[in-house]
Amino acid sequence: MSEAVASRTASNRTTLVACLALVVAMVGAAYAAVPLYRLFCQLTGFGGTTQVASTAPASALAQMISVRFDSNVAPGLNWSFKAETQVTKLKIGETATIFYKITNHSSEPVTAQATYNVQPDLAGSYFNKLQCFCFTDLTLKPGETLDVPVVFFVDPALASDKDISTLDTITLSYTFFPSKSRKTPVAELTEPPKPQL
Amino acid sequence: MAHAATSHDTHHGDPTGWKRWVMSTNHKDIGTMYLIFAIIAGLVGGFLSIAMRLELQEPGLQYFTNPQTYNVFVTGHGLIMVFFVVMPAVIGGFGNWFVPLMIGAPDMAFPRMNNISFWLLPAAFALLGISLFVEGAPGSNGFGGGWTVYPPLATMGHPGPALDFGILSLHLAGASSILGAINFITTILNMRAPGMTMHKMPLFAWALLVTAFLLLLSLPVLAGAITMLLTDRNFGTAFFDPANGGDPILYQHLFWFFGHPEVYIMILPGFGIVSHIISTFSKKPIFGYLGMAYAMVAIGAVGFIVWAHHMYTAGLALNTQRYFMFATMVIAVPTGVKIFSWIATMWGGSIRFTAAMQWAIGFIFLFTVGGVTGVVLSNAGLDRNLHNTYYVVAHFHYVLSLGAVFSIFAGFYYWFPKMSGRIIPESIGILHFWVAFIGANVLFFPMHFTGLSGMPRHYVDYPDAFAGWNRISSYGSYIFAAGLLIFFYGILRAYMSPVRAANNPWGEGATTLEWTLSSPPPHHQFDTLPRFSGSGH
Repeated sequence: MSEAVASRTASNRTTLVACLALVVAMVGAAYAAVPLYRLFCQLTGFGGTTQVASTAPASALAQMISVRFDSNVAPGLNWSFKAETQVTKLKIGETATIFYKITNHSSEPVTAQATYNVQPDLAGSYFNKLQCFCFTDLTLKPGETLDVPVVFFVDPALASDKDISTLDTITLSYTFFPSKSRKTPVAELTEPPKPQL
Repeated sequence: MAHAATSHDTHHGDPTGWKRWVMSTNHKDIGTMYLIFAIIAGLVGGFLSIAMRLELQEPGLQYFTNPQTYNVFVTGHGLIMVFFVVMPAVIGGFGNWFVPLMIGAPDMAFPRMNNISFWLLPAAFALLGISLFVEGAPGSNGFGGGWTVYPPLATMGHPGPALDFGILSLHLAGASSILGAINFITTILNMRAPGMTMHKMPLFAWALLVTAFLLLLSLPVLAGAITMLLTDRNFGTAFFDPANGGDPILYQHLFWFFGHPEVYIMILPGFGIVSHIISTFSKKPIFGYLGMAYAMVAIGAVGFIVWAHHMYTAGLALNTQRYFMFATMVIAVPTGVKIFSWIATMWGGSIRFTAAMQWAIGFIFLFTVGGVTGVVLSNAGLDRNLHNTYYVVAHFHYVLSLGAVFSIFAGFYYWFPKMSGRIIPESIGILHFWVAFIGANVLFFPMHFTGLSGMPRHYVDYPDAFAGWNRISSYGSYIFAAGLLIFFYGILRAYMSPVRAANNPWGEGATTLEWTLSSPPPHHQFDTLPRFSGSGH
């Protein structure tokens, strides 16, 4: 009997350890979701993540597509930010360059960073950028104005994706956020933060 | 049937007084504490909901001077009912009591861990209580962002410490449930009596096994998500802050990866309880035993890959929505297997409409209503209209308040004689059922109408156009609350009466091992393990 009890204790231990391992793995998976999701978006263009390319396609199609440039500045950042043109029409596969004008209207040097997105989401994987200013810190002196280029093309494979082959407009949207906008964690603020909408 | 040896020789003196409870390692005593805890927490959560219905009885502000306080009540009601009422009752309470008895085990695999599991809960409940009384949103107490705790409202809208207390409360409750789940898995896999193979195991034990796996896989994800919230709030991380490269939608994915299995965690044990009651009072073995067991496994497995049907309006790609819509509808298949098997069990049976049986049949009926509205809501197109309306409130109260809670009452009336050795008069249980059944339907059915006509959730006030059905809903909630008085009167009667329950008060239909023991069972049972040879489920 005691032998049976001992063997049961041992197998209980094994189950316990296996279950604990599962718990640890699931906590890990919750945190791994962040980098895995980012990787997944970059690989598939899921959720409108644009693609970064190193070479332009050799030939363009006859089909034309419009690209609209949407530019936003988050509240609390005294910058103006505008594309030189609101919309451009180009051949699918053709490489285009567009300049954005950024001005710091405040009286002190400010560092900010842009995030971007493509609408509709499905077009994200076909929108390729050869050069852009996103996700890098940009510091402007008081009153300084900067012209920054975005070089991009629309992948000719878009024309053979049956979900969006008839698409005539893609919107590229940028938003500038002040870098490290929150110096104090929200729970330590004495004043409630202003809603950022 | 089983030949159960029920010798009762104690190895050591049974602990008495407060030590018996506080230091308890006995699965039956711990189960009793869980049930009492769930009843107390249920009264608190019920009080919050009655306050909400009082407020909503008429348009305009009646009782709440600060609308945010109403939102705090909504949030508290949700969290308490989920984590401190339904889960402790079905898993900690009935699970602790009857899983070891049904599989012929002397106790749970880790009795001391069982003690920790229970005592973490009052601590968690206390933290949640504190959260209601410290500052949350500027100028008011408590967290009012709903039980889902979505950012950015949870990160930027509530700078006070209320939500931090809430998050720590969920951490403790989660740790309690994870430890409990490990205990159940080990007990069920390793401690079954000789001859009790997995395919002969009672369905309630199957239900708890599946539930425990769901807990083990989903709760750590919730723990991770709310820890990210905690560090976003307090330590300057930016998991959910788009200004620093985070993504608030990520929280919704993580939360619902936990949240959807969670609803099955609450209902699967109820499925197990109802199966035993239907079988007992139809005097027939359950129809399609293996199908019933594996339907629960299927529901548990599919439950993990449907979470984004809570997020149709969050901007998911069309193809993603198509997938989640289809996967969600698939769940109706194993659920249908269960509903039809219960009906087939009753078919041609020698049915006795005891209190437990009436609660169980009420469960099947109301859960099916909630299941049907669930299939309606699973349509991404329709959900555009119904998202965050009272139609959703009606849906999840039909499956949880009328589903899970009815299964708890069914189990209570079924097992009360076994747990206490006393008898609640059948007429009281039946009266309680009809009052609760009428009350709950008057309460929740009109919410389908207010929801379809566009009344949104989470608001303290509403346009006059919704006044009529809201008044009726409020009346229903008072009827349901009156039913609880009958419930407590029944327990009081049982303890005042000299009548004692027989070992098996339900007759030959009750075939599981717990009915072979005395009522209440000895402090330690199955010192000599029962040999299980039958196939009665």
